[in-house]
Amino acid sequence: MLLNQFLLLGAVLFCIGVYGVLARKNGVLVLMSIELILNSVNINLVAFGMMGGDAAAITGQVFALFVITVAAAEVGVGLAIVLLIYRNRTTVDLDEVDLMKG
Amino acid sequence: MTAALLFAQVEKVATPKLDWAATAPLLILCGAALLLLLISSLTTSRPARGTYAVITVLASAFAIGTAGVLWARVTDAERGAFTTAAGALTVDGFSVFFIVVISLGIALSALLADDYLRRENLDGPELYVLMLLSGAGGIVMAMANDLIVVFLGLETLSIALYVMAGFNRRRAESRESAMKYFVLGAFSSAFLLYGIAFIYGATGSTNLGDIAGFLNANTLEHTGLLLGGFALLLVGFGFKASAVPFHVWTPDVYQGAPTPVTAFMASASKAAAFAALLRVFVSTFAEYRLDWQPLIWGIAVLTLVVGSVLAIVQTDVKRMMAYSSISHAGFILVGVQAATAQGVSAALFYVLSYTFMIVGTFGVATLVSGKGDEHHGLEAYRGLSRRRPGLALTFTVFLLAQAGVPLTSGFLAKFYVIGAAVDAHSYALALIAMLSSVVSAFLYLRIVVAMYMTDEEGAEPGPRVRVPLGAGVALGLAVAFTVVVGILPQQVVHWADRAIPVVLASGR
Repeated sequence: MLLNQFLLLGAVLFCIGVYGVLARKNGVLVLMSIELILNSVNINLVAFGMMGGDAAAITGQVFALFVITVAAAEVGVGLAIVLLIYRNRTTVDLDEVDLMKG
Repeated sequence: MTAALLFAQVEKVATPKLDWAATAPLLILCGAALLLLLISSLTTSRPARGTYAVITVLASAFAIGTAGVLWARVTDAERGAFTTAAGALTVDGFSVFFIVVISLGIALSALLADDYLRRENLDGPELYVLMLLSGAGGIVMAMANDLIVVFLGLETLSIALYVMAGFNRRRAESRESAMKYFVLGAFSSAFLLYGIAFIYGATGSTNLGDIAGFLNANTLEHTGLLLGGFALLLVGFGFKASAVPFHVWTPDVYQGAPTPVTAFMASASKAAAFAALLRVFVSTFAEYRLDWQPLIWGIAVLTLVVGSVLAIVQTDVKRMMAYSSISHAGFILVGVQAATAQGVSAALFYVLSYTFMIVGTFGVATLVSGKGDEHHGLEAYRGLSRRRPGLALTFTVFLLAQAGVPLTSGFLAKFYVIGAAVDAHSYALALIAMLSSVVSAFLYLRIVVAMYMTDEEGAEPGPRVRVPLGAGVALGLAVAFTVVVGILPQQVVHWADRAIPVVLASGR
């Protein structure tokens, strides 16, 4: 069936993204992994929209557009924060950002 | 010619009707944010002290005023709740209740921020602008009648908060908390989105009213997609509400963020998360109550236990309060888990009284921390009763209210949620909630003892504490609410009872 292929692609992308967030230490790569998850959501949304009627299809596609827009805003703020850390510590290694613990 | 063609096409697009009166609180908050930016860019000289804070507080007050007008409209038996903007926003008692709670969070945090920003040489309109926009996002979350709108509200709330957490960029802790909050926040909203996609796939709609209608009318053959969606949505909301096991960011971010921002995070942002949780789960997914209630039960138990037990081993007061705010989230979840009108109303009462308690608590922490925002250890509070008797008494009221001592709003809040759990036959959960309340009482008393019973001789005196006007007003309001509602809760209970969320299909 056609739908399952898209959902599977979405799930694989989602898992790669989650793995990336958990395993990567580099702040920029973590951001990219989050983008992967958001893109897997977009694939799911468009695929589910295709399955329903016309009205449902529009909902899915419009939602995907919203996700893309919000993801852009989020990455803008995220890179600014990574830059702030880099300027002070000359590293974007998230494991070294560990002043507070406990 | 092309332009004429374009206009001819534009005419065919049916623009949704927008009820301006219903969206007024949102528009006022966003408008005030733009006004602040305009003022700061047009004036060359620095405006009088506190101008920005006063504008922020006035905007929140206006938002609360328009919410009052709306309240009369939606609680009117004939007119009742309605949706606006093509079924994207619901205007009911619930929305209005959260407009008030979040606006209060903005106003009180802005009063705290006023002196803080001057003390740290960060004065400017930016923090207030972010606060207003973030609060507007929270209100959108509470009013949302569509999962797309829930997501947009959540992101507006969060993106502004990431920046606010790192606002004191000269402090390494502040930068670090922004980084941690951002990474985990973006991660959790990605989970939330994946969950929304699942719900959309299972029900064919993102409109909450249509989803509820679909779930009532149809029996799903395969519920896997829907249940997966529930779990992923809970991850997203649980993160914002800092429920265990999605709480790991809370202590670090609460400790590192500028203290007035922490106050805002703990009040407005948490309220918005619970607003979305209540509307989406308790009202929309009511039909599948038996499937999601056990999940919330488990999260509530973990949150109550972890929050109160880990709070005890902390030595930093801001961190202690972070863990105690986790355990408060557990109590609100006890009300959510009941999934009855009584449970919702108890949760609403809890959210409102918690807002005042927690802003007051972090308000005192802001003042005691002194210049540089660094005296947050328990030793900074030693002998506070001698240096600042009034402030020590104020803090004691907040701590006792958080511990749930009678004659404070905190006691009644805990009493109502536990009562709702008992009436919903969740006896075990009610018992765990009571026990965790006893455990966390130790933590609050520890701070009270440090303030009152420590002999200051020999020990070096803590930093000098001064109480500026804005923070004094905020603390006074918070104490007044905590004590007055603790003695005369009827009116607030009455409001909470009439603020049960309704879910309307997009056609209405």
